[in-house]
Amino acid sequence: MTTAWSQRAVPWLVPVAVLALWQLASQVGLLSTRILPEPWAVVKAFWALAVTGEMWGHVWTSTWRAVSGFAIGGSLALSLGLLTGSLRWAETLLDSSLQMVRNIPPLALIPLVILWFGIDESAKLFLVSIGVFFPIYLNTFHGIRSVDKGLIEMARSYGLSGWRLYREVILPGALPSILVGVRFSLGFMWVILIVAETISAQAGIGYMTMNAREFLQTDIVLVGILLYALLGKLADVLAKGLESWWLPWHAGYRPQT
Amino acid sequence: MNRRSHAMNSYDIEIEGATLAAFSPPAAWLQDSETSLPRPVARRERLQVGGAAVDARRLVKRYGDRVVLDGLDLRLAPGEFVAVVGRSGCGKSTLLRLLAGLERADSGVITIDGDTREAHGDETRIMFQDARLLPWKRVVDNVALGLRADARERALEALDQVGLADRANEWPAVLSGGQRQRIALARALVHAPRLLLLDEPLGALDALTRIEMHRLIESLWQRHGFTALLVTHDVAEAVALADRVVLVDDHRVALDERVNLARPRQRGLAFDAFEERVLGRVLGTPAPGVPPQPPPATRPAQWLWAN
Repeated sequence: MTTAWSQRAVPWLVPVAVLALWQLASQVGLLSTRILPEPWAVVKAFWALAVTGEMWGHVWTSTWRAVSGFAIGGSLALSLGLLTGSLRWAETLLDSSLQMVRNIPPLALIPLVILWFGIDESAKLFLVSIGVFFPIYLNTFHGIRSVDKGLIEMARSYGLSGWRLYREVILPGALPSILVGVRFSLGFMWVILIVAETISAQAGIGYMTMNAREFLQTDIVLVGILLYALLGKLADVLAKGLESWWLPWHAGYRPQT
Repeated sequence: MNRRSHAMNSYDIEIEGATLAAFSPPAAWLQDSETSLPRPVARRERLQVGGAAVDARRLVKRYGDRVVLDGLDLRLAPGEFVAVVGRSGCGKSTLLRLLAGLERADSGVITIDGDTREAHGDETRIMFQDARLLPWKRVVDNVALGLRADARERALEALDQVGLADRANEWPAVLSGGQRQRIALARALVHAPRLLLLDEPLGALDALTRIEMHRLIESLWQRHGFTALLVTHDVAEAVALADRVVLVDDHRVALDERVNLARPRQRGLAFDAFEERVLGRVLGTPAPGVPPQPPPATRPAQWLWAN
């Protein structure tokens, strides 16, 4: 009992010590608030922003951008990945072009994107979509291609073909790989969005932090960073939940017995 | 045990009734396999219903320049259990894949009951060397794969026949190798095949599990009366199960011997003598490029020529 409790407590020792040191350094004046505000000030700023409702507006705007960008890029990636993975001619036609585009970092497109879309919502959606596209596309393609040929042969010899073969054998076989792609792209989604929002925005967490920087409100900047961390973690937890929900058979996700 | 036998019998009838609507089994049948009626008699009655006649003539198969089969002839009588043995790479698995329709012969003809193979595609089922269960389907859904009507019920009955009804809702990943192969067997039998092709299905199992599987396969074959073709590298396994042992060597049938031993077979003088004879024949004809080796008597027989 005691050991179990201490086992759980040990990983928290370092973060708590760092926070305590930080608080102490700020209070005795070793650390200027212009560099880092004291942790307590960050908590207070978080609370103040939450109570006034200002923060929720920004969080909502950012989440909406992330989710819709992910939906657009992700569904395109999934359909193209399934297409090139399943049909040889589609691979020949499309895959090498997509591989060329893949080597362009999405953020390198920013100047072009601003010229095309200006600085409104569509620019951010475009960047997020491009960012989430390739992890999902590549893993879907790879997932379809690496479905065990023996299983397909077996299913055919047991009378499955066409859509039934696809639904009962090929798709479930590719699903673990597809979900790996989803997790990758969820992480990438926030990175792209942070950069896109700090460049130009009238709302969103990135706007909130950039705005606070103008007024040297380091506590609010830290609140914004904290929010990104929380949202990123949340997305990861959701993806993990999706995996354990869809892949209960998978040894990697089965609860140990 | 008794309870399970009953379940098997009712299943037996249902399947045969389904494939041959006009056929209604006499009530005495229900007891056949449990009472002391001599087995061969009980079986012969079923052969007319269950097993398919297979006729393969002058089969030729090449992969590029490499000839695998060169004019192989093989006939299986309805309900017969034939084992094909041979060295690794002798073409015995290729023969099975041709009969299964997984690959096409470069020339030669395969007929089932006098028709083309394709006309009877639904009546042929394969048990692979690896169980090939779908890991994302529960055991019962794996067995029900490809069924349309009453899928779950029939799958559960088939699972009961292989003694795994209580594992129906498990994932395949938690089962042992032997259990997986039993489920693969149930999956094949649920379709009431008239020809069952077994591609070294017990190769990866331990000795005890193999003996259990031999008994299970033999008893289910006797109940259902399908024609069986077992490809194996284990001569003892072939002798234990088959009516006929066929040796494939030099791309064609090199030996075709009937096993006249009473079932269920146990090791003994006659068994060993037969095994020795087949083994001697296998070893007497060296594989291309490999010098003939005198068989060292102390090592287990199958090591000598399995890979």
